[in-house]
Amino acid sequence: MKLVHILPASVVGLILFFLAFPIVVVAIVSFSSATYLSFPPPAFGLRWYEAYFSNPDWLKPTWVSIWVACAVVVLATFLGTLAALGIARLPKGLRVVAAGLILSPLIVPGIVVAIGIYYAYSRYGLVGTPIAMVLAHTCLAVPFVVTSVTASLSGIDPRLEQAALSLGATPGATFFQVTLPLIQPGVLVGALFAFITSFDELIVALFISGTGAVTLPRRMWDDLRFQIDPTIAAVSTLTIVLTAALMGAAHLLRKRAEQNRMATSSAAP
Amino acid sequence: MSEVVQPASLALAVSRPKTVPFDWRRAVPLLLAAPLLIYMLVFYALPVVAMLLRSVNDPTWTLSHYATLFDDVVFQKTFWITINTSVTVTLGCLILGYPVAMGLVRSRSMAPFILVIILLPFWTSVLVRSYAWMVLLGRHGLVNEALLALGMIERPIRILNTPLATQIAMIHILLPYMILPIANALRQIDPSLIRAASGLGATPFMTFRQVILPLSMSGVAAGTLLTFVLALGFYITPAMVGGPRDITLSMLIAQQVDQLNWAYAATLSAVLLATALALLAVARKLPGVGNAFKTSMR
Repeated sequence: MKLVHILPASVVGLILFFLAFPIVVVAIVSFSSATYLSFPPPAFGLRWYEAYFSNPDWLKPTWVSIWVACAVVVLATFLGTLAALGIARLPKGLRVVAAGLILSPLIVPGIVVAIGIYYAYSRYGLVGTPIAMVLAHTCLAVPFVVTSVTASLSGIDPRLEQAALSLGATPGATFFQVTLPLIQPGVLVGALFAFITSFDELIVALFISGTGAVTLPRRMWDDLRFQIDPTIAAVSTLTIVLTAALMGAAHLLRKRAEQNRMATSSAAP
Repeated sequence: MSEVVQPASLALAVSRPKTVPFDWRRAVPLLLAAPLLIYMLVFYALPVVAMLLRSVNDPTWTLSHYATLFDDVVFQKTFWITINTSVTVTLGCLILGYPVAMGLVRSRSMAPFILVIILLPFWTSVLVRSYAWMVLLGRHGLVNEALLALGMIERPIRILNTPLATQIAMIHILLPYMILPIANALRQIDPSLIRAASGLGATPFMTFRQVILPLSMSGVAAGTLLTFVLALGFYITPAMVGGPRDITLSMLIAQQVDQLNWAYAATLSAVLLATALALLAVARKLPGVGNAFKTSMR
């Protein structure tokens, strides 16, 4: 009887180890003091973080990535939130078509999207500009905003909006004072996802970032073709920490919104 | 249970007919959605369609690019490698993912810990995770060092830049996509069914085999299809850790674009896209899968 309990637990433990271990190794390697990639490191130090923070070849792509991601957040959150509000109220046929178009970047293989965008953008001289990166990444980020906002919209008790309207609020006032505060966590979660989608994106960047808009993932990719020096481990560790923090925040936000929703709906008679 | 969730639309549509002289408000939803729809058409859908059209209009309207695909040895080999990799990876994910999904659902106290372990790699970019496997599987990487130390091999073996490396890294990357839908399906199983089975004298294995496994099949189907479709399109990982001759469909497409061979690249893209869409269309028809998809995509 004991074995029946211990065996599955240790199998699960091993698989979880398989999941976590590579990430942990990257983090440990990044603190190595060795000049080459070795594990376990002979000694620990911050030399690879210094190498990263003192090298404009790394810092410039980092800033490009941050600026592009911030612009994507603004554009994708604005367009995505508006669209989510509209789509929920569209007639069914139209809604299916609209949702299909907006959500398709989740399903269409990355390489197909990337070369399609490259094909069209290169004709209009956009390749190699940060603007092209923003335009393209917004398409990839929008599905996350729309699903997130749609989910929080569907959780709203319609009686709240009805109450506001019947008490004499204009539709505009109802939106800004009732609907928007209620979907705000969903909008925020969508914005966080949009940032990470753009910040981590590589395939489209490989084709359209050219030499004028090299992003951080693109810079890492270029570097990996020649060497695997531990600077990349340091950069990787920093991006892991950043994305984990943002995703963790999104996760908590969503959970709290769900709990709030449950609390309000169970409080109602 | 009295709460039927109504679409938020009713709120605006139902109330206050008195102050609405015109019907223009019915256009509001479309006006709200229009900016994004136009944006997606201009900057994403039309570019992809224009590119795909090169497969049938280069140099004139023709289906010859598709016709030659059947005799194209390079395409056949690549297609086979892609399918083979995707099947192996999907099976690997299923075998490794199911027990973790069980663990996640059944152990109350460990669940948050397990979830973090699953989500942390999930939130890390594909590039970084592929790089991690380069570090681990290299000639002087940890795996080789460990095997040497254990005396299982005498000199470092080549793992990086082989199909095995691609498979290991892809399983690592896609595992959460398998775990989450299965865990979702497992969570919905009524615990009283499991208690009833064991109360009636079923062994834990019989309970699993005859109650839990059949009831979790919608999650298994959703996870399997999702993993397989995502695996089909993988580009970064096989390019980074895979063998130089083990070219997947995505890599072949990128290669053809580099050589400005747009007609061929577009034809291959159309095949890749059609395969993915066909599989998803099948998936949506399976009972319970559509819902499992929706919840796991979020």
